[in-house]
Amino acid sequence: SAMELPPSHHRANRAAALAAGYVCYRRGSPGRGLRLRTVRRAGRRDIDGVGPKYHLELVLEDIVDEDSTVNCTAEVLYHLGNKNIAPDVQFTIEGELKNTDEADNIFYSQIKSLEKELVAENIPDSHGHVSPEMEPIRLLAWVASGYVMWQNSTENTKFQFAQIKHVKQVKRSDEYLEFDYMILLHEMVSQEIIPWQMTVLWHPQHGVQVTQDSRQPKHASE
Amino acid sequence: HQVLRIKTRNEEEVKKLQLLDSLEHLELDFWINPSTPALPVDVRIPANGVQAVKAFLESHGIEYSILIEDLQVVLDKEKQDMACSQQRDRSSNSFNYGTYNSLDSIYAELDHLASEFSNFVSKLKIGESYEKRPLYVLKFSTGGRNRPAIWIDAGIHSREWVTQASAVWIAKKIASDYGKDPSITSLLNKMDIFLLTVSNPDGYVFTHTTNRMWRKTRSKNQGSPCVGVDPNRNWDAGFGGPGASSNPCSDSYRGPRANSEVEVKSVVNFIKNHGNIRAFLTLHSYSQLLMYPYGYKCTKPADYAELDALGRAAANSIRSLYGTTFTVGSICTTIYQASGGSIDWSYDYGIKYSFAFELRDTGRYGFLLPVNQIIPTAEETWLGLKTIMEHVRDNSY
Repeated sequence: SAMELPPSHHRANRAAALAAGYVCYRRGSPGRGLRLRTVRRAGRRDIDGVGPKYHLELVLEDIVDEDSTVNCTAEVLYHLGNKNIAPDVQFTIEGELKNTDEADNIFYSQIKSLEKELVAENIPDSHGHVSPEMEPIRLLAWVASGYVMWQNSTENTKFQFAQIKHVKQVKRSDEYLEFDYMILLHEMVSQEIIPWQMTVLWHPQHGVQVTQDSRQPKHASE
Repeated sequence: HQVLRIKTRNEEEVKKLQLLDSLEHLELDFWINPSTPALPVDVRIPANGVQAVKAFLESHGIEYSILIEDLQVVLDKEKQDMACSQQRDRSSNSFNYGTYNSLDSIYAELDHLASEFSNFVSKLKIGESYEKRPLYVLKFSTGGRNRPAIWIDAGIHSREWVTQASAVWIAKKIASDYGKDPSITSLLNKMDIFLLTVSNPDGYVFTHTTNRMWRKTRSKNQGSPCVGVDPNRNWDAGFGGPGASSNPCSDSYRGPRANSEVEVKSVVNFIKNHGNIRAFLTLHSYSQLLMYPYGYKCTKPADYAELDALGRAAANSIRSLYGTTFTVGSICTTIYQASGGSIDWSYDYGIKYSFAFELRDTGRYGFLLPVNQIIPTAEETWLGLKTIMEHVRDNSY
């Protein structure tokens, strides 16, 4: 039996955040990050033997250019019985996303032409500042974190990207760019700030890939 | 940074420069915009982009020359020239409301406000934190003896920096507007306001010195290496129930017992001793929410209809300034079930108008809200608070 949820209900928002993270991972680049703006409609029903399935109508916005939005419908199926299976997400985007080829190519050649590997930390910094040259690095982390969120979400979690603590470029002999990130995720139900390591590969034609990731322990001394 | 002068020969080259202009991450600053091939295009390029832009121009065969080799040199000289002729007014207040300030700076500003507006603003110490820092409340009162009063607090969760920053701006606003703004003037002629700008000073200092993401108090937990209690799970409202952790290492650790945290106990004592508090308003970030009880249970409060309507009116006021939208609802339906929260305690204690605000943003920056959003956040929040306070003023109970 299907149940319509008020769009402001926390259950709708958790499923929506997960769907947005997944969409961002699949469609994002250093020139384009997507995030959830609004939940327009939400419905929930139980799939026998599997778990709850959400049907969502969302509005997504571009992280850098807030006025650029798209409508998106998504279905999220949580596997209740097995915590090791990430939720299934299907989505359709209405219309076209902004083309970021030129921006992506410029970023790609900038990084490829660096003599020393890029290293940076605290993006944004404590005061919310991101230097313009670090914006693509931040977006890339945001996009990659969508994968981590998708893989680790349940009906009782809501992840948000918080900060890059540290990023180091790893030079490769092939055409890909590789970055080793240590990021902080904010899990809003438990209110925990979770450090997470991710190895991220990117190429303008091949999209974003997280090839390795691991949750890090919090420091007891903090 | 370099400034280049680019000579375009035709419309096609102008269009290429306009395309370059649209790439925001390069942060090109056109001093003369590309519009017609007849005029040169002057553009300032941040250091990291200089090579890439030159490569772009060269690959498209577009002619350019270097107008300014190193902009910093030019700026440094200008600054030197200005410093010589500049006179600083030593008596003027230099507190910057548009940035995140240290605890010491904020406390100094509270003193400054209390002395500048001494006829109706005073600073009270209501207790001390775990590490013995003073808990200072600003009292706004134009007279009377124990008038009905509004309580506002900020920064109970130390990483929510926009709340302490907004609170200190709001303090200045209340002080400056009395006698000028009809609404706050009539309000302060009937009621007092108590404003706790930094509820968790130990945590706040820790976010500056060690861990920007620290949320809890800094009290030691017996038998655990982990420090701190979530002060918004420590109130005596459904304490020990769902939505709070019993693990000292958790960011939502409720503490060994209700009111174990001196930061919480001090406020409870103050409110109880005062005996005439009519509204309890607490500021958090982030998510853009305006919530009323309950968090510890999912049933509606008796005053649900009035609180919901008032919440919506306040959210409309907030939205009227910059279009910022707040979602209104009870804690339990809007975010989660959470026991031991402050507005549940204040409501059950008898303070009907109990609201919790979650300020900007909705996640783009989260706790790390850029400084240029501090004052807009404070301004819109103030409108929401005013709407609630006006209703309290007009509805004695």
